[in-house]
Amino acid sequence: MSGGVVHVRGLRKRYGDREVVRGVDLDVRPGEIVALLGPNGAGKTTIVEILTGFRSRTAGDVRVLGVDPQTAGTAWRERVGVVLQESQPDPGLTVHECLSLYAGYYRAPRTPGEIAELVGLADCLQMGTEQLSGGQRRRLDIGLALIGGPELLFLDEPTTGFDPKARRDAWETIDGLRRLGTTIVLTTHVMDEAERLADRIAVVVDGAVVSEGTLETIGGRDRRAHEISFTLPTGRRVSMRSTKPLADVRTLADWAIARGIDLPDLEVRRPALEDVYLALAGSPDTTDTKQA
Amino acid sequence: MFHGSTSIVVIAVVVIARFGLGRGLKAVRVPRRERATDDTTAAPSGGHGSVGLVLHQARYDLWTLARNAQARTATVMLPLLLLVLFLGMWGSDRVAGAPASTFYVPGLVALSVIASSFTNLVISVVTQRESGVLKRRRATPVPAWVLIGGRALTAIAVSLTMATALVAIGWIGFGVALPAEAVPAVVLSAVAGSLCFCVLAYAVATLIGSAEAAQPTVQAVMLPLYLASGIFIPNASLPSWLRQLASVFPVERLSDAMHQPYSPAAHGLPIAWTDLGVMAVWAAAGLAVALRRFSWLPGPGRTA
Repeated sequence: MSGGVVHVRGLRKRYGDREVVRGVDLDVRPGEIVALLGPNGAGKTTIVEILTGFRSRTAGDVRVLGVDPQTAGTAWRERVGVVLQESQPDPGLTVHECLSLYAGYYRAPRTPGEIAELVGLADCLQMGTEQLSGGQRRRLDIGLALIGGPELLFLDEPTTGFDPKARRDAWETIDGLRRLGTTIVLTTHVMDEAERLADRIAVVVDGAVVSEGTLETIGGRDRRAHEISFTLPTGRRVSMRSTKPLADVRTLADWAIARGIDLPDLEVRRPALEDVYLALAGSPDTTDTKQA
Repeated sequence: MFHGSTSIVVIAVVVIARFGLGRGLKAVRVPRRERATDDTTAAPSGGHGSVGLVLHQARYDLWTLARNAQARTATVMLPLLLLVLFLGMWGSDRVAGAPASTFYVPGLVALSVIASSFTNLVISVVTQRESGVLKRRRATPVPAWVLIGGRALTAIAVSLTMATALVAIGWIGFGVALPAEAVPAVVLSAVAGSLCFCVLAYAVATLIGSAEAAQPTVQAVMLPLYLASGIFIPNASLPSWLRQLASVFPVERLSDAMHQPYSPAAHGLPIAWTDLGVMAVWAAAGLAVALRRFSWLPGPGRTA
């Protein structure tokens, strides 16, 4: 028994002879926001569906809030909120009615007004769900998952198909949950989203976690070479990789000052998360192409 | 001549109701319930008992139904419209020695029970399943039987309300009396029919893969059954092979169970036990299919 909110070891899921989850380990600690980042079809949604008890698993050990989701009952559902990847709002109801309907499912729910405030729908309580914009619908989804006051929230692709404004709105809402201390597991194929929201990222490719860590350490980001670039007075652009950027910049500066040259556009850049992610996510694709 | 013109009107009305009226009616939305934004009136109803939770669910399902133009048309407007039309136009014709009005009232009661408990229920279950609504509800602590019970209760309540309204309009407006001793038979048939068709709706919903397919599929199956089951056309005038074929299905059985209490020949407690028995067999078969196949997840997820 580990103290983690989510504890997964050797999780596998097979459909026929196709294995879509291939030995995943995952730990989520209380209060953390963890992102499963990966391309479409990597198995992220399947993992979440197993963790939320919607799907059986082929092998592995799974504990969510100390309970096996496959056999978890009502008491466990009181403590877990789920925002599905694709779901329409409940038809024919207002936002307030929707929230009240779901509130009725829980033993000690929050009030619809409180939740509407939290997800930024306080002005839309009397609106029919069909009248809501895409971003507002998503926030209602999040609100419905929060009305029971869950300790743990699953968000499956919370902003897929959103315009930038709606995406930013949803991010702010999710950010707000951090203050409530809700533990969150989210899936996304958008790197910005993981970077913006997550404390920790697990990159999922082809049904396996290929790298896991914080924004700083993921994919060995902290150990990868920095890029130093500048333009010489001759107009030539120089770019070099460095594993000890501070010392190298000093050498460069000494060299330039000795010659009376200025390097006005000198730039030292850490490897972007995007580069790290593409390197991690891209590799199996390349193998596939080679095989094909 | 009488039957021919009836069928034409039926088809015309069905087409109007489906395509014309449904759209027109959207303008006459049932107003969304006005509610204070403060939460005192809507204090979250946590800690429901089981029965309370079913009623909680049924209340919201009823609003969903009442605010859906297509559902309103099919479950409320269409049976009322057909009743008034048929009784107004042919009520005083004679069918098998009795006024045609005593034929139309019970047939349309059966139709309205089926419209609420089956047709509308199939469409609503498939639509909510495919749009992820059922899955989201299942991610909460609410038990499955509460969701099914609440929705079925809504269907049964609408069925019985409509049955009562049709019987009352037939009686008061067109003089189609229901003898006091026949009332229990009509009530029993309406309740049994409603339950049977609710179960069948959950079974049939498992056979339909998309929300778009739900309505056309159900209507394509039901319209021939209505026509062959003594609802629009007395089945005495149908060829005997068709009558026998129709009698296999629960539509004809419910229709017959409704007609018997209204029959001038009826006496005592005119309960059609055979018909109710056949409906019970259908319900049992439907339950077996629903238990084996019913899924809360949208299409692709069902392979889990």
